[in-house]
Amino acid sequence: MDFWAWLILITKVLAVFLLFAIGAMPLVLLERWILGRMQSRYGPHRVGWRGTLQTAADGLKLGIKEDMIPAKSDKGVYWFAPVMMVVPAMAAWAIVPFGPEVEMGRTIGLWIADLNVGILFFLAMGSLGVYGVVMSGWSSNSKYAHLGALRSSAQVISYELVMGLAVLAVIIYAGSLSLIDIVNAQAGLWFIVPQLIGFLLFLIAAVAETNRAPFDLPEAESELVAGFHVEYSGMRWAFFFMAEYANMLLMSALVATLFLGGWRGWTIPGLEALTGVFWFLLKCSLFMFGFFLLRATQPRFRYDQLMNFCWKILIPIGVLNLLIAAGLRMAWS
Amino acid sequence: MADNLETTVAFWYLAIAAVGAGVLMLASRNPVHAAISLVIVIFHVAGLFVILGAGFLAVAQIAIYAGAIVVLFLFTLMMLDMRRLPEERVTHRQIWLGIPLGILLAIEAVVVSVGTPEISESIKGAFPPATVSELGGSTQALAVALFNEFTLPFLGASVLLTAATIGAIVLARRIEVHEQADYPQARPGSSDEAAADQSSAAAPVLEESAR
Repeated sequence: MDFWAWLILITKVLAVFLLFAIGAMPLVLLERWILGRMQSRYGPHRVGWRGTLQTAADGLKLGIKEDMIPAKSDKGVYWFAPVMMVVPAMAAWAIVPFGPEVEMGRTIGLWIADLNVGILFFLAMGSLGVYGVVMSGWSSNSKYAHLGALRSSAQVISYELVMGLAVLAVIIYAGSLSLIDIVNAQAGLWFIVPQLIGFLLFLIAAVAETNRAPFDLPEAESELVAGFHVEYSGMRWAFFFMAEYANMLLMSALVATLFLGGWRGWTIPGLEALTGVFWFLLKCSLFMFGFFLLRATQPRFRYDQLMNFCWKILIPIGVLNLLIAAGLRMAWS
Repeated sequence: MADNLETTVAFWYLAIAAVGAGVLMLASRNPVHAAISLVIVIFHVAGLFVILGAGFLAVAQIAIYAGAIVVLFLFTLMMLDMRRLPEERVTHRQIWLGIPLGILLAIEAVVVSVGTPEISESIKGAFPPATVSELGGSTQALAVALFNEFTLPFLGASVLLTAATIGAIVLARRIEVHEQADYPQARPGSSDEAAADQSSAAAPVLEESAR
C-alpha cells in the first residue's frame, strides 16, 4: 500500500467513527421526540430551539458526572466491559457498503473493506457484543445486573441462530459472502421479494440482538431497573448508550443491504455516488424509525415466551425457508 | 517467512499476545478471568489465520468459539457464581510426563519453523496457495475439501454431536419424569403437605438417576 491508499483508508475509518461519536446524539433526540408524540406528550422541548440541544446537554452532563465503581466489583472487568460493548459494534461497520464506487483520480469504494467473508464477519462481531453485557453484568456484583446478563447471553445466542439462518438464505441467492457482491446481485430484484420470510426473520432477530423492545428483557426498566448496566454512571454509561445506537444503525444498514438492495435505487446520471448514499441512508432511517415505533407500541415478552418463540417457531421456519431457498436455487441453475 | 513489514509486525504482535493470554488463562485463579483470557487467545489466533489468508477460518473461529462456546462457559460460571478457585498445588504427578512431552513439542516447533526447506516442503498439505486461488479463495477451497474428500467424517461428526445433544437432554429430563410418575401433583388445599412430600421424595430420585 502506498501513501495515498493509507490516507484514503484512514479517512474512511475516521468518517465512520465520527458518524457514531456524533450520530448517536440526533438519533436519541429523534427517538425521544417520536416516543413523546406516540404517548401524547411533548418530549424534550426546553433546551435550545424546541429541545434540539437536549442530547448535547445530556452528553455534557454525563461527561462531567462522577465515574462510580461499586465496592466489591471486579475492577478490571468492570472497566473493560463498556469497551467490549462499543468495539464490536463499530468494527462491524468496516464491511457495510455506503454507496457505489467513486472515480476520484483512483477508484474508491464507499466502504472500508470488501472482505470476501464480509457477512460472516458481521455475524461474528454481532456475537461478540454479548461479552460487553455479560462482563458488565457479572463484574458489577449486583443482582439486577447479574440477572440482566444471564438473560442477555441466552437471548443473544438463541436469536443469533435465527439471524444466521436468514442470512444463509440470502447467501444462497447471491452466491457470495461479500456484501458488495450481495448488493450487486440485487440489481434486478431486491431480495425482499424472493426472501420475504428471511427478511421478517432477520428483522425479528435484529431487534432481539440489539436488546430493544419488545425484546429488552436484559434491561427491563420496570423489573430489573436497567439490567446489566445498572451500576454504571457517567461516560461509561454513555458508552452503553452509544453501543446500543451503533448496533441499531448497524442492523438497519444490514437489513437495507441484504434485502432492500443497499445503495441501489433510481439514480441521476453523473451523481451515482450521491444518490447511492441517499438511498442507503433513506432505507436505514426507515428501519431506525421502525425500531422507535416498536418501542413505543409493543409490550415486553415474558422470558419463556421469548425462548419458545425463538426455538419452536422462528428456527423451524428458518430451516424450512433455507431448504426451500436451496431447492429453488438448484432448480434454476 | 513474511511477505512484508506489515505482516511481520502483525505476526509478532499476534503470536506474543496469543501466548501471553494463554499463560494468563492457565495462571488465573478466577474462572471468569480465565474465560476472558481464552477469548483474547481466540482473537489473536483468528488474526494469525487472517495473515495465512484463511479468512473464513478466522471468522468462524471468532463466531463459533468466542461468540458461542465461551459465552456458554461464562453463562455457566455466572450461574455457579465462582469468584475464585481454591488454591491448589500446581505440581502434580503428571509433571513427569508433561516435561518430556513439552520439550519434544518445542523441538518439533523449532525444527519445523527454522528447519531446512525440504522439511517444510514435505509437510505442505493438499491445498497450497496456488490451488486455493485456482479454486477461487479459501472459503471455496474449504468447501471443496469438506464436501468431497471429507464428506463422511463431516457427516459422522454431525451425527455424533446430535446424539450427544439428545443424550444430554434425556439425562437432564429424567428427574422430572420420575417425579411426575411417582408423586402426583399437589392437590388444592394440601399444598404444605405436598411440598414436604416432594422435597423428601426428591433425594431418592436424584440418587437413582445418578446411578
